[in-house]
Amino acid sequence: MEYVNPEGLRLDGRRFNEMRQIVAEVGVVSKADGSAVFEMGNTKVIAAVYGPREIQNKSQQKKNDHAVVLCEYSMAQFSTGDRRRQKFDRRSTELSLVIRQTMEACILTELMPHSQIDIFLQVLQADGGTRSACINAATLALADAGIPMRDLAVSCSAGYLNSTPLLDLNYVEDSAGGADVTVGILPKLDKVTLLQMDAKLPMETFETVFALASEGCKAIAERIREVLQENTKQLEYRRAA
Amino acid sequence: MDGRLSNKWRVTVNESKFVESALQSELRVDGRGLYDYRKLTIKFGKEYGSSEVQLGQTHVMAFVTAQLVQPYKDRPNEGSFSIFTEFSPMADPSFEPVHPGESAVELGRIIDRALRESRVVDTESLCVFAGKLVWNLVDAANIAALAALLTFRRPDCTVGGENSQEVIIHPPEEREPLPLIIHHLPIAFTFGFFNKGSILVMDPTVVEEAVMSGRMTVTVNANGDICAIQKPGEEGVNQSVILHCLRLASSRAAATTKIIREAVEAYNRERSSQKVIRHHTLAKSEVLGPIEVV
Repeated sequence: MEYVNPEGLRLDGRRFNEMRQIVAEVGVVSKADGSAVFEMGNTKVIAAVYGPREIQNKSQQKKNDHAVVLCEYSMAQFSTGDRRRQKFDRRSTELSLVIRQTMEACILTELMPHSQIDIFLQVLQADGGTRSACINAATLALADAGIPMRDLAVSCSAGYLNSTPLLDLNYVEDSAGGADVTVGILPKLDKVTLLQMDAKLPMETFETVFALASEGCKAIAERIREVLQENTKQLEYRRAA
Repeated sequence: MDGRLSNKWRVTVNESKFVESALQSELRVDGRGLYDYRKLTIKFGKEYGSSEVQLGQTHVMAFVTAQLVQPYKDRPNEGSFSIFTEFSPMADPSFEPVHPGESAVELGRIIDRALRESRVVDTESLCVFAGKLVWNLVDAANIAALAALLTFRRPDCTVGGENSQEVIIHPPEEREPLPLIIHHLPIAFTFGFFNKGSILVMDPTVVEEAVMSGRMTVTVNANGDICAIQKPGEEGVNQSVILHCLRLASSRAAATTKIIREAVEAYNRERSSQKVIRHHTLAKSEVLGPIEVV
């Protein structure tokens, strides 16, 4: 199948280095301490953050002088075309772990001993790149909850199809069997926290795909910053009124 | 490692300080260099498709089974391939019985990604379903090294997938079981990051794993292709460090592939020599029979 036509356009009309449209909003769950909706094209994720609050289960505490971060990733039954059978499969267990550890690296857990932070992520629509969208949504929700962070953790994926590196794969491109590289970075510190890859790629190709995904991350970080600044402006405006 | 288990073993503050300060002067607690791998031994069981791997103090057992099933609707001409992992609480008290922990799931997923998504086994040649059952017995081991073990262990348990043209399964006495078609051998290497990502260590042990701040598993084959990477969050590192790890891993891949290939060859030779002896004795008794009558 042809994923990039001779004019260099992809199935959904994007160019190789083009991302899908990003729509983000914070404060969508009023009961939660922080929440956000993050959309990348047809992928839509909602995140809710509770905490920091007192630890509920003492055995979960790993280090005494650090906050505990818990994360739950789940996909809505209606998020994909075919109905999903079970709620907690191996994939979502792994994703919960990966997202938790990514967020743990960017939260200043040492400032909040004896407390826990819960992150709930629900995929409303799945069209490729759900783990990236979840990390971005979680970052927004954590910022909305006012939890101190080192940096904004952002994530983006890139793939390699028809000998072209492609930014931000959608579901059709993702399931084409080519390589898929998901990168999570802390843009200000310029550090890579998350890196997952499957399928086979030669070393040089991997480097270009990796660089493309990192570029994508930086662009997303800028967008997230804008959203947060806009939100802060709104809050300020409302207070003044 | 899974931090949620109530009976998790923890390193003491002294122990973790010792490991860290030793690493500052490029020393490891078990006397290896920073980029040294532990000793690897491979053993095979009596049956086709079973193996036992030992990497330092880590033991892993793998077993392969095959079974006929209906193919998936969207891929009618391909067989399927699945991996199961199990941690025995005998191996380490932090492994919970029955319920697979987060780490067991992650391990399974890493191997799955390395072997399936990089198309190690030619699934189209499997008109039969090859379900992989992997049973692990870990002795004071770290999951990452385990992942490494399992990954390279599995491909050489090249099993007799049954030769089925018309869904007739020939028993092994009738027809020699066919090996699976294996395209390449992806080999996993785990790196540990210490001291805010400034110290890099290859193949961490269980103590080092408890102390380290980040981990990355890289799966490469001998051709220099990268098959899978898993760096699940944790401490951030620079891009250059990641690329350095990739290069280190691919330089090691050839040596490990050689060890596996040699072990498999030795095993195959032994098996075929056993067969020769069986035929020999049979022929002898036939010859002896009529002589006795005379």
